[in-house]
Amino acid sequence: MNRINKKLQEDKKLLSIYFSAGYPNINDTVQIIQDLEKNGVDMIEIGLPFSDPLADGPTIQESSTQALYNGMTTKLLFEQLATIRETVKIPLIIMGYFNPMLQYGIEAFCKKCAEIGIDGLIIPDLPVGIYAEDYKAIFEKYGLINVFLITPQTSAERIQFIDSVSNGFIYMVSSASVTGSQSGFGISQEAYFKRIADMNLKNPQIIGFGISDKTSFNQATQYAKGAIIGSAFIKNLTENGVGSIERFVGDII
Amino acid sequence: MSYHVNEKGFYGNFGGAFIPEMLYPNVEELRQNYLKITAEHSFQEEFRDLLKDYVGRPTPLYFAERLSKEYNTKVYLKREDLCHTGAHKVNNTIGQILVAKKLGKTRIIAETGAGQHGVATATVCALMGLECIVYMGEVDIKRQAPNVARMKMLGAEVRPATSGSKTLKDATNEAIRDWINNPENTYYIIGSVVGPHPYPDMVARFQAVISEEIKQQLLEKEGRENPDYVVACVGGGSNAAGAFYHFLDDEEVKIIAVEAAGLGVNSGESAATSALGKIGVIHGSKTLLMQSTDGQITEPYSISAGLDYPGVGPMHAHLFESKRAEFIAITDEDAMNWGIKLSKTEGIIPAIETAHAFAVLDTKKFKPTDIVVINLSGRGDKDLNTYIDYFKL
Repeated sequence: MNRINKKLQEDKKLLSIYFSAGYPNINDTVQIIQDLEKNGVDMIEIGLPFSDPLADGPTIQESSTQALYNGMTTKLLFEQLATIRETVKIPLIIMGYFNPMLQYGIEAFCKKCAEIGIDGLIIPDLPVGIYAEDYKAIFEKYGLINVFLITPQTSAERIQFIDSVSNGFIYMVSSASVTGSQSGFGISQEAYFKRIADMNLKNPQIIGFGISDKTSFNQATQYAKGAIIGSAFIKNLTENGVGSIERFVGDII
Repeated sequence: MSYHVNEKGFYGNFGGAFIPEMLYPNVEELRQNYLKITAEHSFQEEFRDLLKDYVGRPTPLYFAERLSKEYNTKVYLKREDLCHTGAHKVNNTIGQILVAKKLGKTRIIAETGAGQHGVATATVCALMGLECIVYMGEVDIKRQAPNVARMKMLGAEVRPATSGSKTLKDATNEAIRDWINNPENTYYIIGSVVGPHPYPDMVARFQAVISEEIKQQLLEKEGRENPDYVVACVGGGSNAAGAFYHFLDDEEVKIIAVEAAGLGVNSGESAATSALGKIGVIHGSKTLLMQSTDGQITEPYSISAGLDYPGVGPMHAHLFESKRAEFIAITDEDAMNWGIKLSKTEGIIPAIETAHAFAVLDTKKFKPTDIVVINLSGRGDKDLNTYIDYFKL
């Protein structure tokens, strides 16, 4: 069974952390992953940097730009992760934009992920329709779970379709926004969380965008299986360095 | 073979809508409605009236006698430079602002590189009394001060794009992010035949008035609707899409797209996407795209700010791949010299983008009986500083 599915069966609320590979320093990738696991994080999204990240706010954009400037490439990331499964057991997901994967070759990319022990992918600009038609068979051949996003504007009908194509979890974007632009949730977001929870989808939901601390984590996981922290974690890395991971995670769980 | 978009939003292998889910409701709303809205009688009436009385259409199809004599062929110029705001860009912004109104949107956003599309958008927003925010790369804001001032005079807010290379592609990213953050009341007026479906098709349809008029005007002047050649410069490709549109299926009309070679196609400082690009995804569209082997989008170079887009519209990628259009690349130097040459020969100072297209006359040999239509997409007022610096005028 895929590590993501196994993790989703655990009787607890999951904390997932996103960071940009190659940031703050080019060789921090493995250390960050190991420290996150050691401190109790349940799942990690490893950001593959892209020059033009449309769905990201300034914090993730800047970390992505810096990572590229540091010399991060798809090939180098795979090299850094080559022996990651000797030390890390939790689910690992690569999150990145479609173009770098397209240039690497979608099948070659999936094959490499499977060899390393990557469990899933999140590709914000690969729409579910094109995935289902052109790429689903390749992802499944290599045992990779592809995770799709839904937003407060996504229609019920489309959510049902996304649920039918998904085989891991649904990434629930907390509000209409790019990453890192909100903090805390209001009444309308709680209503949206509840509306989705009441749909009884076959895939559990993990909420992302706008989760930055213990309060917002607890609020989000009242309605969902887990929550993802990205921009707030990167901001912490920028301000306090890689050595601050224990304290950052400890403040949340 | 069809050169038009199919029902899935593709031109051959190119196009589609590779967008984050956050954009899906807006793009889908547009996709479901754009053909319906633009086919309505009331829309067509308002669109045509504004093009006539506000933009100044039809623009003349001018027989360039001295150029024709020099090159021993028949050269006609489609005078888009005479449009209000100085270029073809306004054909599209008029169309899109009417679509935005029909969709009930109250806030308009746009991206701009050199500022021409920004000015054309600010103009129609002033005309309609709608809020207007234009994203422009921080670098371009410094390079194009007069257009920034124009936009401000027209009541638009110009927001600097400070991410990435701080130019057109980053301004486009910022506009897309704004749309993600404001999904209910905002409409995004894209300035070229780029972006997710249905934008490339919609923008091409609004610009198609150019080739529609060429056909009528050529019939009056030459007794035939079709020229032998139609030539236009291509950055993203909106003036070219408009000039080619009604000739795409008439295979006897040869189509020539002129890209910016910058300092030379292989100099490392170029914007010749068809020569240097590989298939990839930029701003929601699968197209030819200048990028590193790792799939990072690279910054193109051309002396003309309107041609330095790292991609090309999916329709043009398809015209290139299918060989329906011939693509040539013209250097800064040749384009700048044509800026002077056209000024002195015909009394028309062209935009530097447009000047690239004229270099086709030196590159290709035409017969005395050939009718060559060059789309004179914009006037050179905005480029005066570049001309002054380059030629020490």
